[in-house]
Amino acid sequence: MKTARLRVRRGGEGDAPRYDEFAVPFEDGATVLDALVWVRIHRDPSLAVRYSCINANVCKECTIAVDGKVVYACMTRLVDNRTMVLDPLPRKLRLRDLVTETRPPRERLG
Amino acid sequence: MIPASHLDTDVLIVGAGGAGMYAAIAAARDGAARVLLIDKSLVGRGGATVMAQMTVAAALAEESDDDWRLHLADTLDAGRGLCDEPLAAALCEEAPIRIREMGEWQVGWARRDSGRIAQVAAPGHSRPRCCYVDFLNTGPAVAATLRRQVARVDAIRRLSNLTVTDLVVNDGAVVGAVALDSARGEPVTIAAGATIIATGGLTRIYRRNSASANMGGDGYALALKAGAPLVDMEFVQFFPIGHLAPRLVGMDPIMWDPFRYKLGGRLLDGAGREFLARYGSDETDAYTTPRDIASHAITKEVAAGRGSPHGGVYLSFEHIPPAELRAAFGPVIERLAKNGIDLARAPIEVSPIAHYHMGGIVVDQRMASPVPGLYAAGEAVGGANGANRLSGNAIPEALVFGARAGRAAAAAKPAAGWRDSAAAEAVGQVRELADGRGGDVPASVLLEELRALMGDDVGPLRSAAGLERALGRLGEMQAALGRVDVAPGRVCNASLADWFELRASLVAAEAVTRAALSRGESRGAHQREDFPDSDPAFALSQRVVCDAGGMIAASLGR
Repeated sequence: MKTARLRVRRGGEGDAPRYDEFAVPFEDGATVLDALVWVRIHRDPSLAVRYSCINANVCKECTIAVDGKVVYACMTRLVDNRTMVLDPLPRKLRLRDLVTETRPPRERLG
Repeated sequence: MIPASHLDTDVLIVGAGGAGMYAAIAAARDGAARVLLIDKSLVGRGGATVMAQMTVAAALAEESDDDWRLHLADTLDAGRGLCDEPLAAALCEEAPIRIREMGEWQVGWARRDSGRIAQVAAPGHSRPRCCYVDFLNTGPAVAATLRRQVARVDAIRRLSNLTVTDLVVNDGAVVGAVALDSARGEPVTIAAGATIIATGGLTRIYRRNSASANMGGDGYALALKAGAPLVDMEFVQFFPIGHLAPRLVGMDPIMWDPFRYKLGGRLLDGAGREFLARYGSDETDAYTTPRDIASHAITKEVAAGRGSPHGGVYLSFEHIPPAELRAAFGPVIERLAKNGIDLARAPIEVSPIAHYHMGGIVVDQRMASPVPGLYAAGEAVGGANGANRLSGNAIPEALVFGARAGRAAAAAKPAAGWRDSAAAEAVGQVRELADGRGGDVPASVLLEELRALMGDDVGPLRSAAGLERALGRLGEMQAALGRVDVAPGRVCNASLADWFELRASLVAAEAVTRAALSRGESRGAHQREDFPDSDPAFALSQRVVCDAGGMIAASLGR
C-alpha cells in the first residue's frame, strides 16, 4: 500500500493560515479527491471540499490548487510518499477549508 | 430568536437536474410568476442527468418504422408486468416531442450524413431508437442545454447549496419547505403554492454506484414524512457492467455500454470463460442481454468464486482490431490510455453498480402525489418503469415528467396557507445542530457503513436472512442518529450536511429493504436467492407508507 501526504489549508476568510497534515493510504490510480473523501471518513469529517459527480469530471465543482496549480481534485493522481500542498482556489472568497465561493452571484442567498 | 430567512414562491422545485430544470421551464411557460429552483449542490451540475453518457430513447422514427406504442410495448415488457401504464405511456408518447425540442435548443444530437438524427439499437428495444450526443457526452450536453434555457427565463430564481431538510405540512397539504443554507449553516423557510420533488434517486446509498454525491434518497424521505406513499421501492436497477478496475477517472463508470452497442465485447469469468449462456442469454450475434439478467448472472458468478481479482468479471474487446476500436471511439481511446487502459491488449473488470431507482413517489398523470401541494418529476417518480427500466428511458422521463409536473404546479391552486408554527420543529432542528454537537461517531462513518450494508444485503442478490440483518442494523443506525457527532462551525459544515443526508438515506434504505423483504419472489431487478422464480401472486406493485408511529410498512396494491 502506498501513502500520500497531504498538507491541507484549513479555515475560512480571515482565519490565520493553518495547514493540517494527513497520511492517506492509496492504491495506484487513486486521486486527490479520493484521498479527501478518505480523510472525511477516517480522520476528519469536518473537512470541507466541494464535489458532486465523484471522479467523472462532469460537475466541474472540485477545482482546488495542488502545489500552487489549479486542477480538478478528481483528475489529479496521488504520488507515493511525496507531500502535496492543497489550497483553495486563489482569488476567490474562501468559505471554509478547500471550499471557495464558486456559485454564480445570482444563485446565492443573502 | 432571530427569524429564519424566509422566501415565498408560487412553485418550489427541489433538485436541479434534468427533471427539475425542465419543470422550472415548464412552470414558467405555463404562467407561474415566481419559480424557485434549488439544489443542494450547484444548479444543473449535480444529480444523475449530467452523468448520463449515451442513450436517450424516443420513437422518432428517423431510422425505422418506429412508433411510440412500440416503445411503450418494449417499456412494459422490460418492466416485468409492474409498470404504471398511464405513466409509461406518457413517457413514450411525449419523448419524441421533448427530444426534438432539445434538438431545436442545440443539444447536438449525433446525426447521419443525411441530416437525420442517428438512432441506434440497445438491449430491450425492438427498433433502433436511441439517440445520443457523440463521445459519451449526452448527459453533460443535456444539462448544459437546460441550464442555458433556465437562465433565459426571468421568472425562474435559482439557488445553489440549499438542502431541503423537511417539507412543511399544514392542514394535510404541503405548503413549502425548510432548508439548510449550507454556505451559511442557517435555516431557510420557503412558502410555496406547489412543491415539486425532483431530487433523483437513491443510488448513492450503495457502495458501488454511478451516482453523484447528492443522490442519497432525500426526496423519498421527504415525501414519506409528508404523508405521501412510495411504490416499487424494492426495484433498484444495477447497471451490470459498471467499471471496477483498473482505476478509471474522468469517465462515468457506466461508460462501457456504448462500446458494447457498437462493438459487442465479451463478458468472461475470472478464468476467461463465457458464462451468460448459462443464464439463458445468447450473445453470439449482438449485445442483447437485459440489465437485470446480466447483473444477476455476474453476481452469481462472483458469489460462486468465479469472479475477477477485484470482485467482478472481465469485459474483453481484445478480439476487435485496434483500428476498429479507434474508429468507433475516437478521443475516448486517449482518455482510456491516460488511465493505463488499452482495450486491444487487456480486458477490464466490471461489476454491477447501483445505477437507477425504479421506485419512487406515487403520482397521477399530472405528476401530483396524493398529498395536496406535492408533485414529483424524473427519477423521484415511481411506477413508470416497473421492475426494470429499459435503457434510454431515464432522460426522456426527466424531461417528460418535468414538463408535466411544471405545467400542473403552475396551474395548482394552493391548498392551504403557510404557517410558521408548522415549520418550527424543522427550523429548530437545523439551529440545534448547526453549531455542532458532541457524539460517539461521525455521520460520514455511518454513511460508509450504510453503503456497504446495502451493497452486501440489499443488492442484486437478496435473501430473507440478509434483508432481516439489514433491517436490524438500519434500526440501530436510526436510533444512533441522536448520538452522531456534528463538528462545530456553521459555514460549509460538511458534517452537518452528512447528518441530514444520513437521516434521509436511512429512511430510503429502510423503504427499499422492507419492500424487498415482503416481495417473496424474484422479478426484474429484485432477485431473491430464497425465491428464485416469479410468482403470479406478486404481479402487483407494493406501496410503502409511513404510519403514525413512524414505522414504514409495505403492502401489495395499485
